[in-house]
Amino acid sequence: MPYALCFLLFVIGLYCAVVKKNMIKIVIGIMVMEYAVNLFLIMLGYRIGGKAPIIVEEDIAGAGAQLSDLFINTSVDPLPQALVLTAIVISLGSLALMISICIRTYERYGTFDITKIRRLKG
Amino acid sequence: MSVPLVPLPLFIAVPLVTAFLLPVFGKKGKAVATVIANLATVSLLVLAVLSIGRTDVYEIGEWSIPFGINLVLDGLSSLLLLAIGVVSTAAMLFSARYMEQYTAKAKYLSLFMLMVAGMNGVVLSGDIFNLFVFLEIASIASYALVGFGCEHEELEASFKYMVLGRIGSIFVLFAVALVYGNTGSLNMAYISKAIQSSGLNAGLTFALGLFITGFGLKAALVPFHAWLPDAHPSAPAPISAMLSGVLIKALGVYALARVVFNVFGITIQMGWILIVLGLLSMVAGAFLAIGQWDFKRLLAYSSISQLGYVVLGIGLGGLIIARDGNLAWASLAILGGLFHLVNHAVYKSLLFLSSGSVQMSTGTRQMKQMGGLAEKLPVTRTACTIASASIAGIPPFSGFWSKLILVIAAIQAGFYWVAAVIVFVSLCTLIMYLKVQRYVFLGELPENLRQIKEHRGPMLVAMVFLASLCVLMGLLVIIPSLKVTILDPAVKVLTDGLEYSARIMNF
Repeated sequence: MPYALCFLLFVIGLYCAVVKKNMIKIVIGIMVMEYAVNLFLIMLGYRIGGKAPIIVEEDIAGAGAQLSDLFINTSVDPLPQALVLTAIVISLGSLALMISICIRTYERYGTFDITKIRRLKG
Repeated sequence: MSVPLVPLPLFIAVPLVTAFLLPVFGKKGKAVATVIANLATVSLLVLAVLSIGRTDVYEIGEWSIPFGINLVLDGLSSLLLLAIGVVSTAAMLFSARYMEQYTAKAKYLSLFMLMVAGMNGVVLSGDIFNLFVFLEIASIASYALVGFGCEHEELEASFKYMVLGRIGSIFVLFAVALVYGNTGSLNMAYISKAIQSSGLNAGLTFALGLFITGFGLKAALVPFHAWLPDAHPSAPAPISAMLSGVLIKALGVYALARVVFNVFGITIQMGWILIVLGLLSMVAGAFLAIGQWDFKRLLAYSSISQLGYVVLGIGLGGLIIARDGNLAWASLAILGGLFHLVNHAVYKSLLFLSSGSVQMSTGTRQMKQMGGLAEKLPVTRTACTIASASIAGIPPFSGFWSKLILVIAAIQAGFYWVAAVIVFVSLCTLIMYLKVQRYVFLGELPENLRQIKEHRGPMLVAMVFLASLCVLMGLLVIIPSLKVTILDPAVKVLTDGLEYSARIMNF
């Protein structure tokens, strides 16, 4: 169910990016898609009632050989979180570029409406 | 082997370090920055030449393969590295003079090097998330470079390119997430092994679809091509040469081929999808190109059409492999596709550079306002004619050989109609380049262009370099030793398909 909602969010973002006429709304749509994918990645690694994937000294002393099984079965997968951090940084970079292109375009054309920004065709 | 070993991270580290070093040289150090950037591209070309014929796996930070990030050099990667090296060297040499028209040259050079770093990274990466990161580095640099002029058209094209490019990247990221969820690994070799043991489930099939759409958007294959005819002409000429010459291939075709052949494994349906995408791109791109009157826009549409050949060749080979057909025919089809990829990188970048030279001299891109430039721009004219002859497939030049190989492969495999389409599109290509010759270089010289002069210096060197390559590239298939060292290893990477994973794990 959460995956379906996440996919719904992705589709809403895609719809917004494809259908809307305002440049800023298109950017928002793209960011919604980006967040849907980030959410999906986080959910992949999430475990209800899971623990943070950190081993402390008491764990090693207490559990010994069974530690690795116990650790794998109870902790949250940390890798998707690392991926999401990277993805967020990338999307921040491109968001900044997109917004600055929007601002420059507004300075030139005086509008955010992409149906009026049509010098290129053919 | 007597050749010194090239550490793989150098391919990414050299352009990346140069990129961050260049903005330090402000307005006064423009000449120094240009020299440094040129040295960097030339050294990358030398590194690429030295790495031909080698297979290597590098583990970043000594983390062993399934845990860490790894770089993989094999035949296909070194072919692409060579193409990137050649085109970026020529484009950088051309920019030395051409970019004097713009302000902020150091920033331009810096973005250029970032784009090269991203492309080299995509080509070398053996890790699917790392591939996405490098894809984004190259893409973001290219969005900024398309809008570099900051005029109306450039900004519009950049926005359009950025929206479609971002959607493509997000599809790729989504696919990476799905693959990780289903196989528990990000390393291509391990994903491939997991898929081989468990087979494709619904999630992985969906991921494959997302990969095709995402990389298809980056490669501008026909249903996804809307951004290319705007973005490529709007960029400064050397950047158009880079975008059409190598960016769409490294980010689109290479990544697609790697994922489809080496990670998921080629199936009959996949082969057909690639063939249909290729044919659509070839025919639609050629028809749209013939009607254009903007010089660079015509070249951009023709890029779509030529990229169709590459995808068609790879897809045809894949289909034959998936049907357990004759491996020699499959190799021939893939050889045609990959050889066409390298050829197209050279002659299309040469065409874009010559269009840049024409634009710089005449100040326009409209072919109707040109004419009779043959005597005013002799070197540009010669370079453009060689590239046109090459792209149209006139015998001694490189394009002829790759198209011939594709036609032979299609006929041998029994796809007579595909061979017919290849020949037909080749004819359309001939028509559009005759149109270029007729309206740009022949005919009456307009009154207002009587005073123009050809720009000398590095721009001409870059064009002569690429033109001589156009003439000599045919040797790559004619001389057996060159074919065996450069092209055959690349073909073998794709025909081996899923053996890739075993090769990486046992390295």
